[in-house]
Amino acid sequence: MQRSGKLVIRRLIGSIPVLLIVLVGTFFLLELASGDAVDAYLASSGGGDAGLVQTLRADWGLDQSPLTRLGLYLWNIAHLDFGHSVLLNRPILDVVLERLPNTLLLMGSAVALSFGIGSLLGIVAGSRPGSVRDRLLSIGSLALYAVPSFWLGLVLVVVFSVQLRWLPLSGIETLASGKAGFDRAWDILRHLVLPVGALALIYLALYLRLMRTGMVEVWRQDFVLAARAKGLSRHRIVWRHVARNALLPLITMLGLQSATMLGGSVVIESVFSIPGLGRLAQEAVSGRDTPLLMGIIVISAMLVIVTNLIVDVVYAMLDPRVGASEASA
Amino acid sequence: MSLVARFTRSPEGLFGAAVLAALIVIALGAPFLFPRDPLSIVGPPLTAPFTNWSLPLGTDRLGRDVLAELVHGSRASLLVGFAATLAAIIIGASVGTVAGFAGGLVDEVLMRVVDAFQTVPGFLLALAFVSVIGASLPVVVLAIALGAWTGPARLARAEVLSLRERDYVAAARVIGMHPAEIAFRQILPNALAPVLALSAVIVAGAILTEAALSFLGLGDPNIVTWGSMIAEGRAVLRSAPFLSIIPGIALVVTVLGVYLFGEGLSEALSRRAVRS
Amino acid sequence: MTTLAAIEDLSVAFRQGSRSVTALDSVNLTINSGERLAIIGESGSGKSTLALALAGLLPASAEQIGKIHWPNGRPLPGRDIGMVFQDPSASLDPVLTIGEQVAEGAVAHLGLDWKAARLRARDLLARVQLPDPQSLLHAFPHQLSGGQRQRVAIAAAIAAGPVLLIADEATSALDTIVQAEIVALLRSLVAEEGMTLLFITHDIALASSLADRIAVFRQAKLVEIGTSADITRHPREFYTASLLAAHIDLTTPPLIGERA
Repeated sequence: MQRSGKLVIRRLIGSIPVLLIVLVGTFFLLELASGDAVDAYLASSGGGDAGLVQTLRADWGLDQSPLTRLGLYLWNIAHLDFGHSVLLNRPILDVVLERLPNTLLLMGSAVALSFGIGSLLGIVAGSRPGSVRDRLLSIGSLALYAVPSFWLGLVLVVVFSVQLRWLPLSGIETLASGKAGFDRAWDILRHLVLPVGALALIYLALYLRLMRTGMVEVWRQDFVLAARAKGLSRHRIVWRHVARNALLPLITMLGLQSATMLGGSVVIESVFSIPGLGRLAQEAVSGRDTPLLMGIIVISAMLVIVTNLIVDVVYAMLDPRVGASEASA
Repeated sequence: MSLVARFTRSPEGLFGAAVLAALIVIALGAPFLFPRDPLSIVGPPLTAPFTNWSLPLGTDRLGRDVLAELVHGSRASLLVGFAATLAAIIIGASVGTVAGFAGGLVDEVLMRVVDAFQTVPGFLLALAFVSVIGASLPVVVLAIALGAWTGPARLARAEVLSLRERDYVAAARVIGMHPAEIAFRQILPNALAPVLALSAVIVAGAILTEAALSFLGLGDPNIVTWGSMIAEGRAVLRSAPFLSIIPGIALVVTVLGVYLFGEGLSEALSRRAVRS
Repeated sequence: MTTLAAIEDLSVAFRQGSRSVTALDSVNLTINSGERLAIIGESGSGKSTLALALAGLLPASAEQIGKIHWPNGRPLPGRDIGMVFQDPSASLDPVLTIGEQVAEGAVAHLGLDWKAARLRARDLLARVQLPDPQSLLHAFPHQLSGGQRQRVAIAAAIAAGPVLLIADEATSALDTIVQAEIVALLRSLVAEEGMTLLFITHDIALASSLADRIAVFRQAKLVEIGTSADITRHPREFYTASLLAAHIDLTTPPLIGERA
């Protein structure tokens, strides 16, 4: 546990420069956006005279030099002030925090399902490489990984919502239904089946292939031959030795995938009209609310950093060699 | 055994190459196969596929020829796929080579920049870029490249780090070759092989990202893309699902072809000649 | 002298694409119970293949002709045959504890539960002369030195009490002093348990100091076999004599710097 503590602190400190670069980058993009927040505000509120423009500019600090504004921007972020959404007329942080749980629920379920089922199938495929089931699983997973998630979502909607009428079409719950407690949870679950399914099916393919490749690589190692020389059961060799070792690259991939998954949520939330962070990003784009979009990007980056941190800690728990060079012998 | 010979031993690679070749031919031949503007109206709207031989795949909501749209849409997907990958590799390999070769502070700073680009979800970055600058094909290409260059950068840097200490580099230094020349003439060509193997994955990702951007209405509005076709079909999903399904199938086939080609390529490039 | 195993006309070939590589060619060899038999040969002589064939660990792509007779019944790897490999850093699972890896053989073959098996593992670790066996049970391979890891590997190999211990170049990756320690350990273990030892090496001096009999292999064939004394002092085959002549130790005259 002490090893994990040091790891967490080191990684947190190391991620500060990365976050700074992200912030500077988003600030730069904000600058690039034609017209500033005041123009956008006035456009949506119906215009104003030059005096109002100047007052607003001074109020929001927009009449300063870029460097000063960068400093102001960073200072605000440090105080968790991500700015003001012109589109929704609310602080950006509030809006984001409101939408975040839905995305996390969507993402979390998709990751759990794809990782769990994908790695299990990968173990099945990798325990007998070259067999029929291995070839089928490999080709099937490659084909699945080639499918665009939004299209798969639409296909699932056509099959399950339109044709079979088993599951609801869109949204995260039936609006204004007044359901509560278990009923509400069940309602949300029914709504999440298709979007989570669409995402999970595709990422499942990734974990399947990774686990399978890992299994094949680990089979070649000397310690597997040593385990066979000990006459251990096939079950024990596959699960306790090979799969346990092959699991490690998948944990790393979980961290790397967190950014991709967040991006993927945009299209899925759009297809299924789920009020989450991804959909908010799309609304920000169509509403020309660049500060909101940048706020979403910064918060997403923070989420990714935190996720990677958690993944690293889990990895350190599973691989005793991590941090060994720093720990005392 | 030469690269080409090794490649032909892989059935997946050959199949992928065949699919890609067919797609390239179709994409290049689009103006000849369907010389009329694919966005022009040619028949009654929502004609079902396989009912009318002059409109084999039917028509969309406005009466445009789906097959013509499909064929012309391939141009966007392939163009963006290859262009974005080329850009990503050029940017990434350069940054990675410089970082690996220079070492020290330069390496540290560049790697933090790579980290930053990897921390921001690629799709959100592309969204932001397109949203700020405007949706056109070159912008989409650049936006996707900005999300994809980190992979080649890390790979190139790793290769450079392992090659930097090799004897032939030391020899080049001894005879007085300028470091930049060593980096780009000696190291980069050797570091390129694994990057090329990675490129198929980037192409596949670029095609899917472009489709997603178009689907959300953020692609180039003046051309037909498979993503925009799927988005259009969404409005009539109940009555005419084929409008969304057909372009999706085209995407799956294309991306699968790219993946298979990539697998064949990486097997041919891999230094281990024997597979157990 | 009872026979542990009689190898009769054994040939093993490996298929590599369209080619077939002969690893063993018509080998005839008898292993006696309780003896220490050294298999000598250079790379590619087939000695490791012989070990794998005896243990039943040949890959599925290997073609085996000829037979191995086991008068006491077909042996089970782990229970009847224990194997120690060359590279101690690769033959231990990096993510599992030492204790688990030594105990699992006992659990698999002796019907012990994990608690009892761990106690047995602790005793085994003490027998291979590792310090503080109790805390070693919870340690991981990367925390040990090469020599220590090899001792662990030996403990794991004998956990189920096999009658035959095969050491495949078990000392080749170790430093000289450690090498000597491991050899001494093997000698005492084998004597205490009454195990048969098959010691594979390329070092003829090491073989002669440890083994009762030496079998010389060259390019998949058994070239010569005899007692240690016979082989080292009166080699009958030219190859054996060359091996002995090529052996360099402190009594060898300098190779360079002086004209003969």
